[in-house]
Parts: sequence; structure tokens; C-alpha cells
Amino acid sequence: MRIFDPHIHMTSRTTDDYQAMHTAGIRALVEPAFWLGQPRTSPASFHDYFDALLGWEPFRAAQYGIAHHCTIALNPKEANDPRCTPVLEELPRYLVKDSVVAVGEIGYDSMTPAEDTALAAQLQLAAEHGLPALVHTPHRDKLAGLHRTLDVIRESDLPPERVLLDHLNETTVEHATDSGCWLGFSIYPDTKMDEDRMVTLLRTHGTEKILVNSAADWGKSDPLATRRVGDAMLTAGFTDDDVDQVLWRNPITFYGLSGRLQVDTTPPPPLHQGNSILRGGE
Amino acid sequence: MLTPRTELDTRLDATARTWLDHALTEATTRQPAWETRFATAGRHCGRHNADPVRALLLTAARPDPPTLTRLYHHGSAAERRALLLALPHLDSLTPPTAALPLVEDALRTNDTRLIAAALGPYAAQHLDAHSWRHAILKCLFTGVPLDTVADLEHRARGDRELARMLTDYTAERTAAGRTTPPDLTRVQTLTGEPPKET
Repeated sequence: MRIFDPHIHMTSRTTDDYQAMHTAGIRALVEPAFWLGQPRTSPASFHDYFDALLGWEPFRAAQYGIAHHCTIALNPKEANDPRCTPVLEELPRYLVKDSVVAVGEIGYDSMTPAEDTALAAQLQLAAEHGLPALVHTPHRDKLAGLHRTLDVIRESDLPPERVLLDHLNETTVEHATDSGCWLGFSIYPDTKMDEDRMVTLLRTHGTEKILVNSAADWGKSDPLATRRVGDAMLTAGFTDDDVDQVLWRNPITFYGLSGRLQVDTTPPPPLHQGNSILRGGE
Repeated sequence: MLTPRTELDTRLDATARTWLDHALTEATTRQPAWETRFATAGRHCGRHNADPVRALLLTAARPDPPTLTRLYHHGSAAERRALLLALPHLDSLTPPTAALPLVEDALRTNDTRLIAAALGPYAAQHLDAHSWRHAILKCLFTGVPLDTVADLEHRARGDRELARMLTDYTAERTAAGRTTPPDLTRVQTLTGEPPKET
């Protein structure tokens, strides 16, 4: 089973996770820029984070045979902090990079005017840079948040077929499907989907334009959640091809809209003994 | 070695060749757009051609030290690597040591691609003895093959301080029950040989 996790925050994960992910069949992933749990206090903190998404993290991933791409954005939560919003002016220089395959995560957190502004501005940046957008739906007041999100997308220059709506569930899937956007589902304990509900949803809605991710980060989460969905699909009678479509081809088609996706994993550089990560602690 | 344009052309399709024509014109005339070309070379010319294409752009643009420094610090790991590899071909640096801070930055990382790229002929010529010795130890530590270090023989010969550092490192590995990498033995041998006249 080959797996592409289209949404996982690897900067929060260990090398053991990378090893386990490779063993589980994960060969490619996209790491969306998001908040760190601890609020940032300046644009410079974003710059260092973005640089890690374009430098160190792909290097770590390559050590374990996993292709790493990222999405870049000011996240909705920190779009409310005037200390952070100047980073919007710096985004264009990041959005041209070869391994940036979307603008994201953007969307709503508390549905404030500041979030309206950041969402609209970044949808425009996506359109201008030939990139699709990863738009997450809010954790609180999700259905209302989805409606407001779709309104902003409709008013933007970015067509819905270049938008992936993420963190969807049973209450939002219908409206999201009608919008013409791609549909993302996060398998995440307690607050989002689980693999059995995901299988039920796939039975109802089919396997087209649906992406499944772990959204694993610094919270209680599982970087192998995508594999558990694949196994649950097979147990439920889906074919290997169905699994491949949801867990590999759909992410490739969506992020491939950027024209920048390269999923043939670069082999790690030849090393005489171990590597800098496993040896660590310098 | 700088890959000549003629050789690159044999690897690029017509679209990429046209893209490179425009990019080199912009670089030579230093239109701001050349810096975007530098960033996007991988997807337009193919990831495997990105290093030589970026080197050509740099040699065409002949950036001054502040521009070069900004390109490095704003670059992805792939861009930084390409810039480090191109350093020996840049005759626009005044003083010639102006790019040393970039080499030192790369040597502080744990990214073996950057460490290896930093230790080319430019570092061989300009890096001070202390930094160079630590770079050699770092290669041994992170598994960067010493074959990638430019001018290794010349700089290691007769370097008694490097010999001491390597002896201590060997002792540390032996105490931990670890093997001694062949590269360590090799450079240790070099340090015991007399320096050659250049």
C-alpha cells in the first residue's frame, strides 16, 4: 500500500515517526504551515519556520525515503494578531519556491474580520502564483464556518476545483461536495474523524476528490492514521485500487495542480555511517 | 566545475532551453526577475539540472556580496546548496572572502547536502584553520565522505592540531565501543605526512 499523507505537521514529530511511517507505506507527504501551539510574536518567527519547511524538514524526510512538500501561509488563528500579520507581505517570496505546492492552511478559526481579510488576501495570492489552496474548516461552529468560507472562495479568483476543504465531517460533507471543491478528512482522535466513520462516509460519497490525512501534530494524534484508513477500507470490501485512489492518486492530482509536485523520492545522500539525525546532539 | 551552457542544452527540452535563455538575459542585465528564476529553476529545468542552471544564473548576474547573502538567506536548501557550489566561480566578490559567513552558516547546519556543498574549493582557499578542522570533524560525525572536501590532502598534511583532534575523536569512539570510520584513518594518516610545497 503506497500512501501520501496530504496534511501532517512533521516538525512536531520524531524520527521514530518517520521510520514507522515509511514502514506503513507512506512515501510522500505535505506539511502545511500552521501555528505552533505557542503563539508567535513576530514575522521573523514565521520566516524561520517557513525556512525549516523548505530546508531541514525535507532533509529529515528524505533520510527515511519520504518526499516532503509544504504549503505556506499565515494561519487563521495568528491572522488575528497584529504582531504577526506583516508576514503576509513576505509570503510571495516563499510562494515561488519549488517545493511549495499550495497556499495553506488558511480559513477560519473564530470567524473575525481579521480572518476575513487574511483568507481573501491569501486566496488571491494562490491565484496569482498558480497554486491551489488548502482551506481548513474551523473547529468551532464548523457548518457556519464552512458557509462563510465558501462565500469568500466564490468571491475570489481561485476556482473551487483548486481548493481543498479540510477537516470535513458528516455534517459538512454535503455542502462541501456541492461547492465543487476537493474534500479533505482528518483522522484525529476525539475531535475529528475516525477510520470507521471514514469508511462509512466513503461508502456513501465514493472515492473521487476525497483526501484523507492524519493532521498529526504536537497534539494527541497518530501519524499512521492514513494507513489505518487503508486497512479499514480493505476490510470493508474496498479494492486495492480504491485505496490507491484515496490514499495516493487523489493527493497527487490535487497538489499536482501546482505543477511542482515531485513524488519520486530523492535517495538520501550516500553516508559512510549512520547520518546526522540518528547521531544527533551536535 | 561549471557546466557549460552547451552541455546543459543537451539535457533540456525546448521549453526549458527557452526559459533558460530568458533567465540568463534577465540575470546578465540584472532585472529583478532573475532572482525568481533562480528560485524556480528546479521545476522549469528539472530538479537534476537545478544546480548547474543556478550556477549559470549566478555567474551571469555576478551579484555583489549583499545580494548574494540575501539570496542565500532567502533560499530553500536546494538554492543554498547551488549557491555554495557556485562560489568558486563567482569573480564578483569584493573582498573575495565576502561569502565566508555563508560557508560558516552551512557548516553550522546538520544538513549533509549543505555541509558537503560548503567544503568546495572556496572553503579550501578561504576558511581559517580552526573552522576547517571542525568542518573535517563534522564530516566524520555526520557521514559526509571526505572525498567531497576540496584540497583535503593539501590542507591536512602536517596539521598537528587536526591530528590531535582526530586522535581524541578516535579515543572517544573506541571508549564507546564504536568502530573508527575509514575516512578518519585516512585523514589521520595525511596529518602525519609533511606538507607539500605549493
